[in-house]
Amino acid sequence: MGNKIVIPHITRIEGHGKVSIHLNDAGEVESTQFHVTQVRGFEKFVEGRPYYEMPSITARICGICPISHLLASVKACDAIMAVKIPRAASLLRELLHCAQIVQSHALSFFHLSAPDFLLGMDSDPAKRNIVGILEQHPEIAHDGIALRKFGQAAIERLAGERVHPSWTVPGGVNSPLSSSARDAILSETKIAKSIIRRALKLFVSVLDKFEAEIESFGNQPTMYAGLVSPRGDLRLYDGILRFRDPAEGGTIADIEDPLDYANYIGEGVLPHSYLKAPYFKPRGFPAGIYRVGPLARLNVAERCGTPEADAELGRYRERLGRDPQSAFFFHYARLIEAMYCVERMEELLAEPRILDAHVRARADVNALEGVGIAEAPRGILIHHYKVEASGAMKWANLIIATGHNNLAMNQAVDQVAKRFVRGTKIEEGMLNRVQAVVRAFDPCLSCSTHALSQAPLVIELRAPCGALLDCVSTSDDSMAGCPVESV
Amino acid sequence: MSLLDVDELLVALVERVDLVYGPLVDVPEYPDSVDVALVEGAVSSTGDQRLAQTIRAKTKVLISLGDCAVTSNVPSMRNTIPVKKLLERVYVEGADASPGVPKDGVPALLHRAVPLADIVKVDLHIPGCPPKPGAIAHVLTSLLDGKKPDLKGLVRFG
Repeated sequence: MGNKIVIPHITRIEGHGKVSIHLNDAGEVESTQFHVTQVRGFEKFVEGRPYYEMPSITARICGICPISHLLASVKACDAIMAVKIPRAASLLRELLHCAQIVQSHALSFFHLSAPDFLLGMDSDPAKRNIVGILEQHPEIAHDGIALRKFGQAAIERLAGERVHPSWTVPGGVNSPLSSSARDAILSETKIAKSIIRRALKLFVSVLDKFEAEIESFGNQPTMYAGLVSPRGDLRLYDGILRFRDPAEGGTIADIEDPLDYANYIGEGVLPHSYLKAPYFKPRGFPAGIYRVGPLARLNVAERCGTPEADAELGRYRERLGRDPQSAFFFHYARLIEAMYCVERMEELLAEPRILDAHVRARADVNALEGVGIAEAPRGILIHHYKVEASGAMKWANLIIATGHNNLAMNQAVDQVAKRFVRGTKIEEGMLNRVQAVVRAFDPCLSCSTHALSQAPLVIELRAPCGALLDCVSTSDDSMAGCPVESV
Repeated sequence: MSLLDVDELLVALVERVDLVYGPLVDVPEYPDSVDVALVEGAVSSTGDQRLAQTIRAKTKVLISLGDCAVTSNVPSMRNTIPVKKLLERVYVEGADASPGVPKDGVPALLHRAVPLADIVKVDLHIPGCPPKPGAIAHVLTSLLDGKKPDLKGLVRFG
């Protein structure tokens, strides 16, 4: 009878997941499973709600990428209203989306994963975090904070709030962009681009140190899926959903009408996870494994379509080939996409029509079914709604970015565990690598199971005050003189 | 992650505290004798319930952060639906391949998603969806300065 190692709580990711590693009698890894441990059941409990409430309800799936849910949802609602939204509205939605991807990619790269590259996979776990980066590489930590702020501030300027704004609505957005807000966002793009340039340089400079990780971090052939323009440019807000299989020499499916997604994407269940496992239907389950997100999008696209991102993409492909497959390169792809997003924001803000006052189409229910597809930071996000003629929701299906990567993440943790974990002596660094491959995918486990979990953030004061609990929960002045100081 | 929206203030905050558990640090198990914990989310599964109890037992000041933790908000929309029906909708009707409700290594759902305060004693509530970064910063800096936080005018639901 072999042993089992459990990583009860994968750290430095959004949401809750765990990993079980099964060892055989010789202490070798037999199999590895990635569990997602929450489910909320949005698809069921939204039944009966008015369809136009869906954007604000489903945005609550996630506090990191609520904008993606808002956009997929309003696109599904546009389809139910059967309207073509005003040009300015689609420019503004795309602008908002780019800002969100920048902030989310900054969080993934700097706050969550950089501790592994900069401090080392085997470094002291007590320091291997954003605080450790602040202490040892303060300029990099400050870059991360500033880049995330750039994205969040742009969202706030456009939509009024950083998280869960109510600006995007079925039919468009609910207010036009002012020229002062446009100028304010434009004044900050230069700094954002220079931060991304530095991050790219930094990441490329550490690549040689991670040969073993590159070799084993989900370094397996899969198909890829992502949105593209008709000429193959990277698209994030709207586009053709393309499946690519490098083994077949390129594109294997183009989905132009969002309603057709269900002919290509099926959903399987893994008995060990609340996260379902979508698969490419024509190949069956689980053979129809594919990946989404930054690495997949850059493989699916022919080019980004903006100058500096394309120059970076050229260097990336020169070094790694046309279809890099190690999940370690998700990080690299993420930075190139961040550059694309900032450049794209500049292009959008330079469009004269982005200031148009007409930003919303109004209509009632004109179709009983609608699908909205957008690229969340982590990959394709699909909202599919069916409604009664009254507009009450009859049925919903949500396929979230992280789900598409579920089969691939399970394969990847197994590959890493087999490469690094030996049963005779388990070291922390081995288990950190198993978690680091999960981080590379930047999963959002809150999103992925539409589950909102306990995500406690705990802070220990350096000079604890024993009476603090009583202080806070009793009378107003009882905390006076309580020595809760830092040292 | 709402905490990160304090932007540069984060730098000043982490100079005064040790982050000992949470999504930003590499600590797999909840540590002993913690001073302050900010807990997000409704309590929805047996796993959440156990973690909430562990946190309470090992923490001096327990703060429920955000409307989900304070009122159970959107997650509680499932409470009128029997759990079995909910799970079957997602994993049986909603599956094309190997349908079945996952049971292996995943915690069971509670009958209802409930506010944190239904499970354990909570010392302070910071509502908001999301909670305002200014409110979080105010609470943490007040506690560090040994003052009682006063959230009047800083928070609202939604």
